Amino acid sequence: MPFYVSPEQQMRDKADYARKGIARGRSCVVLQYAGGILMVAPNSSSALHKISEIYDRIAFAAVGRYNEYENLRKAGVTYADITGYQFDRHDVTARGIANYYASNLGTIFTESPKPWEVEIVVAEVGGQPDGDQIYRITFDGSVTDEPGFVAFGGQADQVSAALKEHYSEGMSLSEAFAAALSALSAPGNGERTEFAASQLEVAILERARDHRTFRRIRAARLEELIAEARSAPGGSAPDSAPEGSPASAASGPSAPSVPSDSGPATGPDPSSSDRGTGLGGGTPL
Amino acid sequence: MGSYLDRSQSGPFAGDPRNSGRVPGAAGSPPAGFMNRQTSSFTDFLASHSPGLLPGGTVPAEVVQGTPGQAIRDLPHATTIVAAVCDGGVVLAGDRRATAGSMIAKRDVEKVFRSDEFSAMGYAGTGSVGIEFVRLFQVELEHYEKMEGRSLSLEGKANRLAFMVRGNLGAAMQGLVVVPLFVGYDEDSGHGRIFSYDVAGGPYEESRFYSIGSGSLFARGALKKFYVDNMPTRDAVLACVQALYDAADDDSATGGPDLTRRIFPVVATVTAEGFRKLPEAEAEAVAQEVVQNRMIRPDGPSAPLLNS
Repeated sequence: MPFYVSPEQQMRDKADYARKGIARGRSCVVLQYAGGILMVAPNSSSALHKISEIYDRIAFAAVGRYNEYENLRKAGVTYADITGYQFDRHDVTARGIANYYASNLGTIFTESPKPWEVEIVVAEVGGQPDGDQIYRITFDGSVTDEPGFVAFGGQADQVSAALKEHYSEGMSLSEAFAAALSALSAPGNGERTEFAASQLEVAILERARDHRTFRRIRAARLEELIAEARSAPGGSAPDSAPEGSPASAASGPSAPSVPSDSGPATGPDPSSSDRGTGLGGGTPL
Repeated sequence: MGSYLDRSQSGPFAGDPRNSGRVPGAAGSPPAGFMNRQTSSFTDFLASHSPGLLPGGTVPAEVVQGTPGQAIRDLPHATTIVAAVCDGGVVLAGDRRATAGSMIAKRDVEKVFRSDEFSAMGYAGTGSVGIEFVRLFQVELEHYEKMEGRSLSLEGKANRLAFMVRGNLGAAMQGLVVVPLFVGYDEDSGHGRIFSYDVAGGPYEESRFYSIGSGSLFARGALKKFYVDNMPTRDAVLACVQALYDAADDDSATGGPDLTRRIFPVVATVTAEGFRKLPEAEAEAVAQEVVQNRMIRPDGPSAPLLNS
């Protein structure tokens, strides 16, 4: 082709192409809660995952083209397993994996005619909440460290704004799930604003577990969380409060009451009963 | 400068592309390395990516001439492992001794390991190679599970281990022998199963009980008399510890329960609930029971001469 395209134009075109591809899908959210890290993605397939385990304390969440992020996921698992085998299991870190993804995505973005339409989050649960790490890697290989929570893919801006409104430090699992659900149901993120259990993929990195901390939440436990989120004030009801008046009121007083629920969340959540006390505001559903 | 980047000339970034994690492809193609894997086997990938990390390897010819050298015979060796199928699962137990020639190298070595949620392995032979085997096999199973989103079948796991043992054949011929014993709970049939190996691979499925290592003849003889079909897990644990006691009784390389240092056999069970290693206190209780019983009758319980 004898046409000249300036490098600036070429990069801009590639970036636009990738951004459009990523925005076509739906958002995914990753956020910290008292007992670990919660990941929620709308996904009607139970076999083709958006959220997966990478290593003992590290998980992977992605949006975009399945074949592309699946390739990255497998490469990440290989990188982690090789590193862990070569050195020690403690020597595999989210930062290392994020850097590995960043360098690969950066190379692909500059060298390949078609950029990969993916956005990835690598999360690691630490021994203490301040050891948690969440990294977001975009299609061009830039990495950002996201403290606390991140929403990416689809209409990420709207979802992120909604999540920021509902998020507070040290939430229990059911509170964090309610926040995630209400953020994902924010207007603009697809048409449906009510999710059934079969349309959600939910997983956690559980701080209190040893060895492999990744666990998927499915079936009965997921139904339970959804029911709790719906009945919670400021929950997933299609964003009844744009100003966030019930939500911000809820996040304030509820934070100190959380520590009772810091144990492993394997059984039914004991905090389900202590929520709704003193928070006023009847159930919107 | 361009010639450096397209690697047509050696330059600051030249060298084995494997070291840099990137393989030079046609211009514009995505970097390879860990991407576009064709197999979900960690061992196979390791063999092509960094073969130096595989266990065993070969020993330089000058170290070993003809027969295994003294140096290799004097490496610490792990000894006896026993396994028995029980009702709804399988029991795997090992003594704690490692020997180097006629010396005791270590009194508290562990040779029974969890390989994944529903399987366990033990090994007899060269300790250092055995440890690498266990590590590699654990990663192999977990790697497959993460890559494919499902666990290997029990036969699949047993076959993978066979390939790994086979891969060590060269080193084994030079004296670095290690032989595993693999047990697992078969989720399809709901039974425990045992797989044994020889230096060239396997697996050979054993139907009721089995034993490997230097004391295995004595342990197997004892287990033959103790074993009852469908015995409860608790009885199978007791039978395995009894068998280890008998092995230690007659084989100098197998260690019995060490009452003074409180070192007792490692016992693991694999059932529908998954892998479980007996906590120290529980293993001690079983071992103490056996020792107390032997105080009365040093040769252990007697079996009836004829079936009643």
